[in-house]
Amino acid sequence: MGTISRGFTGRRSSTDAKLPSGQYLTTDFPILSAGPTPHIPLDRWEFVIDDGTNVLRKWDWKSFRDLPTDTMTVDIHCVTRWSKLGTCWEGVSLDTLLADVKTDASYAMARSYGDYTTNLPLKDLRNKQGWIAFRFDGEVLAAEHGGPARLLVPHLYFWKSAKWVRGITLMHHDKPGFWESLGYHIYGDPWKEQRYSDDV
Amino acid sequence: MWRVGTVVALHDETASARTITLKVPDWPNHVGGQHVDVRLTASDGYSTVRSYSIASAPGPQGRIELTIERLPNGEVSPYLTQELAVGDRLELRGPIGGWFVWRSEQTEPIQLIAGGSGIVPLMAMIRSRASAASTAPFRLLYSVREPRAIFYRDELQAQSDRGHSVRIAYAYTRATPKDWPRPPSRIDAALIANTTWPSNLVPTCYVCGPTSFVESATDLLIAFGNGRDKVRTERFGSTGERK
Repeated sequence: MGTISRGFTGRRSSTDAKLPSGQYLTTDFPILSAGPTPHIPLDRWEFVIDDGTNVLRKWDWKSFRDLPTDTMTVDIHCVTRWSKLGTCWEGVSLDTLLADVKTDASYAMARSYGDYTTNLPLKDLRNKQGWIAFRFDGEVLAAEHGGPARLLVPHLYFWKSAKWVRGITLMHHDKPGFWESLGYHIYGDPWKEQRYSDDV
Repeated sequence: MWRVGTVVALHDETASARTITLKVPDWPNHVGGQHVDVRLTASDGYSTVRSYSIASAPGPQGRIELTIERLPNGEVSPYLTQELAVGDRLELRGPIGGWFVWRSEQTEPIQLIAGGSGIVPLMAMIRSRASAASTAPFRLLYSVREPRAIFYRDELQAQSDRGHSVRIAYAYTRATPKDWPRPPSRIDAALIANTTWPSNLVPTCYVCGPTSFVESATDLLIAFGNGRDKVRTERFGSTGERK
């Protein structure tokens, strides 16, 4: 145990047991972004899967929205220590988007409008673990929360769930994205408290 | 790694905000704009962590200052602003963050825009500029509810009085000083046009405050011709990181 804070009692709630270490519960939806919120018209939106050289698959909004969708209720954990339980989303599974893509790549770099990037192992996007989400709590996803569509990978810290996502680049070797180059963890498992680059 | 800092001074900035000066052995030093994680631990082992921006410039003596605004329903900020005393020890991790920072190698014009306690990391940049004897041209637009909500008032005044100094503009949203020319109102396009760098000088802009403030200020900066890639933001939501 660390240094005791004289006179500090703190608050505990029964839901804390469900939270990863170091997180606290919030019921609203705080926003953290590195820059201005982009506003992307749907008629100019596209989602591209490439291998760094060639475009492998590409959707415009209409063809994307013609794909089958999932509705999921998940807990989300932000590295700034808030967690939000039971958030409800609708999106297209990465399993669907990657279905016809032949690749032996092991990693993916998610790319966003506004030039944000974040890296993940490709296996973390497969098997019902990753979605391109466009509805939150039954409503169209607001621009400040990443709309028209954001990556949703709830088992990792929420910075991995890139807002305003426009595509993923498949990679053979892992490479740090935006926050991963600025002192944050390369993988970001909230249950292991992998917040910063020196966390194991 | 967690370090243990000792509180060496406390200073009230406003009726609800207090600056805590900590002496931290082996502090690795920081850059203006970075933050620390602060961990509090109760006697039964329960602990909780919050992030707070560093207010001070990097310095040689292993001292850092945090300015913390008390939120009425906060779990941590009432303790830090009301209970914590000189001589108490506080666990810290950091410095953290490599994006919302100003480095003394930067020579381009800098536009700072603060909403309320969003001034804290921007003050660290202003202080870093002074301690590095940088002549980078700085402007600050600082939005506050009322005159008595201003943090660091005298020091900001001194900074703006000096030659090659920081030019400071205030926006009051609820109550203004006597005879103030602009009625209480939020930052708008006219104020951006009158007080911030012309966009053709390609300033780097740092905007910090509550989410709605940051959204509105960045939209105005971009409408005024600033590039999206020139605007860096740090937001705190209603139960965001600074509770």
